[in-house]
Amino acid sequence: MSTTAAQKGGLGAAIWDYLTTVDHKKIAHLYLVAGGLFFLIGGLEAMLIRIQLMKPDNNFLAAGLYNEMITMHGTTMIFLAAMPLIFALMNAVVPLQIGARDVAFPFLNSLGFWLFLFGGLMLNVSWFTGGAPDAGWTNYAPLSTTSPGHGVDYYVMGLQISGAGTLIGGINFLVTIVNMRAPGMTYMRMPLFTWSTFVTSTLILFAFPALTVGLFLMMFDRMFGAAFFDVAKGGNVIIWEHLFWIFGHPEVYILILPLFGAFSDIFSTFSKKRLFGYSAMVFATVLIGFLGFMVWAHHMFTVGMGPIANSIFAVATMAIAVPTGIKIFNWLFTMWGGQIRMTSAMLWSVAFIPSFTIGGMTGVMLAAAAADFQYHDTYFVVGHFHYVIVGGVVFGIFAALHYWWPKMFGKVLNEKLGKLAFWPFFIGFHLTFFIQHFLGLMGMPRRYWVFLEGQGLEAGNMISTIGAFLMAIGSVIFLINVVYTAVKEKKVSGDPWDGRTLEWTMPSPPPHYNFVQTPLVRGLDPLWVEKTEGKEGMTPAEPLGDIHMPNASILPFTMSLGLFIAGFGFIYQTDDKTWLVAAVVGMAITLGSMLIRSLKDDLGHHIHKEELEEDIKKGVGK
Amino acid sequence: MRGWMGKFRTLALFGALTLILSGCGVDNLSALKPKGYGAELLLDLMMISIAIMIFVFVIVMAIYAFVLIRYRQKKGQEHVIPKQTEGNKALEVIWTVIPIILLLVLAVPTVQATFDLADQSSQEDESAMTIEVTGNQYWWHFNYPKEEIAISQEMYIPTGERVYLNLKSSDVIHSFWLPSIAGKMDTNPGENMNTMYLEAYEEGVYWGHCAELCGPSHSLMDFRVVAVSPDKFEQWKEDMQNVDPEATPETTQAQEGQELFNNNCMSCHAIGGSSAGVGPNLTNFGNREKLAGIMEPSKENLVDWIVNPDEFKPGNNMPANIVGEEEASKIADYLLQLKHSDVGNDIPTKNTDK
Repeated sequence: MSTTAAQKGGLGAAIWDYLTTVDHKKIAHLYLVAGGLFFLIGGLEAMLIRIQLMKPDNNFLAAGLYNEMITMHGTTMIFLAAMPLIFALMNAVVPLQIGARDVAFPFLNSLGFWLFLFGGLMLNVSWFTGGAPDAGWTNYAPLSTTSPGHGVDYYVMGLQISGAGTLIGGINFLVTIVNMRAPGMTYMRMPLFTWSTFVTSTLILFAFPALTVGLFLMMFDRMFGAAFFDVAKGGNVIIWEHLFWIFGHPEVYILILPLFGAFSDIFSTFSKKRLFGYSAMVFATVLIGFLGFMVWAHHMFTVGMGPIANSIFAVATMAIAVPTGIKIFNWLFTMWGGQIRMTSAMLWSVAFIPSFTIGGMTGVMLAAAAADFQYHDTYFVVGHFHYVIVGGVVFGIFAALHYWWPKMFGKVLNEKLGKLAFWPFFIGFHLTFFIQHFLGLMGMPRRYWVFLEGQGLEAGNMISTIGAFLMAIGSVIFLINVVYTAVKEKKVSGDPWDGRTLEWTMPSPPPHYNFVQTPLVRGLDPLWVEKTEGKEGMTPAEPLGDIHMPNASILPFTMSLGLFIAGFGFIYQTDDKTWLVAAVVGMAITLGSMLIRSLKDDLGHHIHKEELEEDIKKGVGK
Repeated sequence: MRGWMGKFRTLALFGALTLILSGCGVDNLSALKPKGYGAELLLDLMMISIAIMIFVFVIVMAIYAFVLIRYRQKKGQEHVIPKQTEGNKALEVIWTVIPIILLLVLAVPTVQATFDLADQSSQEDESAMTIEVTGNQYWWHFNYPKEEIAISQEMYIPTGERVYLNLKSSDVIHSFWLPSIAGKMDTNPGENMNTMYLEAYEEGVYWGHCAELCGPSHSLMDFRVVAVSPDKFEQWKEDMQNVDPEATPETTQAQEGQELFNNNCMSCHAIGGSSAGVGPNLTNFGNREKLAGIMEPSKENLVDWIVNPDEFKPGNNMPANIVGEEEASKIADYLLQLKHSDVGNDIPTKNTDK
């Protein structure tokens, strides 16, 4: 219904449709566009950083501005680019993969997106209001608590708001996967992408509250005169480091696990084989998620925790290499004996294996606590985490976008342009980050605004900058591909890749109720099971009948907008108490929206059998 | 410990690796060219981990290359359906158990080295020397409590001895990193004092960095550690203990500078053994290898620095324009003739690529 409204009413109606939508597929579009935009901003910041470090003693960026740049690059890429892009994929795919018509809480799904977006906007507004946060994305106290201006306040409020959105999103997917699986879709038949979304959501549930607590302490220190991190008043700065990393380490698994899932689906599809060692893969995913909570202090080996704590966290960290290794080998053996089709999605996935293996290996090296006394806070670490995050997460996002693009938009991304984007990005990536391991060991600490002449760091930094430009070229070609595909490419069928899982059983893009009839799942890779028995589609698990769908609502948008306004009030009331008006107005909007939501019954609507029969005549449901 | 690792060194791969990597970076700065006990221990540990990791990488890449070449879909095979393998218990056990063994091989020396570097058993000994290191935005202070010596930016230590450092910060978190001697340790504000030790094998001027983001001039917070033979160190100690902060300089220009210095700068800075002030202790300033840790110690630079320090180290705490250029020039003359000890001046600074 909402799609038809958009087609009839032109641009204004389309915008209104997206502002109010609770459809997981449209929320996926919103996440994709917003995440993509922030990815470009973060990428631009990265380019400015690399230009500054192109030569010794460079003065392209001022020292203070440089620190703002690195802080915003890290914060943007992690919270505002990688997270929403992953949520875009989860929204677009998970309900389809488990045979559901939407997520468990469509309203909350929309709320999660708008909170994230307004939080992200708030962070970036700081550029125009006297300076962005400048204490690093880790925001260590007391550098952050004593940072002049309002930059760090924006960090605190922005992340608090967008973090709430992420937490809501995580809970939503957890409930969705537990409760909304189609008949026959047992846990051990779920596609790996759904499994990893499940584990990731659990990690979000337990990790984000630590960040929330830390941010609240920081907020009270900075805005209301508390002294949690003020040593002079008996506070302790190390508390922030612990809280941050209790969140921060699981966060890197939150980022990578969904892409591990996506790679598993892609390797399996484009090798025409079922995933090798499915149960081991599931077990490894769960184990990585579990161990991910046990290792946060490996970011703090040089803080002075003592040899016992350092050793325990070192060994625990090394242990994570085992389930990760299991995954790598299972992927290799999924391809072994298969029929490998080198599509763009597969190309990014295949490139991921060596890149991520290197990142994993340097991870084990970093886990050796004593050796970390040399690696810590140097370019070795910068090299390592970019190998994991770019070589794992970003490659994964590109692969997954190529793979699920037809499901999201009905068209396959142009393959030639896809490969043309891949090569400069891939080569540039290794040029940029491989040399950084050596720069670190040669004595270059991370977050250095300038490096001095005569320290042997010139050539390495130059190579790194050249690589960064290649990556930028690759990204631009990908964008061109998106536009080109939208304009020139033809619509494809619902199953362009000869897929194996439920999302390929329906038209691309799917109707807004997804499944005309909920399918009956008869095994792992349910579509493949039907295909091998020569059937066209899934066996329905229910008779054709009315479908109950949720109503669209503007309330998630207004709730988030209220917090956005209130955030400014909280930040600026330290200068002038009249700003508290903004805080009150903002909170009134939010709480008022919540009140309306609570008091006004919203029972949703039904799509009637007759409409469905109409749709079936048009080809839906085949 | 060393003997155990010594056996590893005999491995050909291992030796080759060390050789390749030791070509990286400049002397006295690179962690790959260890000149002290800690750095050597850590390089050995790194080499073990790199060797294990390369072993794993080669295996993964061999399978990877084989799979990608052998199982690419060929023309005419579009409709071939490969066998749908569920898994293989034996293989899965192998790639679970072998990594565990490899990691144990790495974990043992890791734990050993971690405890070794945290060893403080001899710190309380009569003969042991402890230096109190304080990180400040953006300079380092070194206090020798037993010897009653205070100096900033350039630390002097004897070679061949364990010298303990008690690390603290006066403001935000910094990190004391001396790559070619011993790795790094954070300096925290408040009660969380850290201890590490240095043991330099040979004489040299070693470069150190701050390794924890501490503000706009984080990258300019360099320091030096001058390692000299124990005899020379005794000499240095004696020189430093006999510093007369009131000594009258020779030239009139410098004498005027001294008076200006006493009137304008002494509220923050100090000369001689008194403890750390708001700003760096300027004892032996004339012998410093670098000005403010980063600049050539020319008079011109010093004058510019005194007049407008923010231009060189953005965000530092020294106010600009306390004195005019002319007065700054006199102060510079005074400071540059503060040569309280020439110990260490004969050590060539080997900081070049060559």
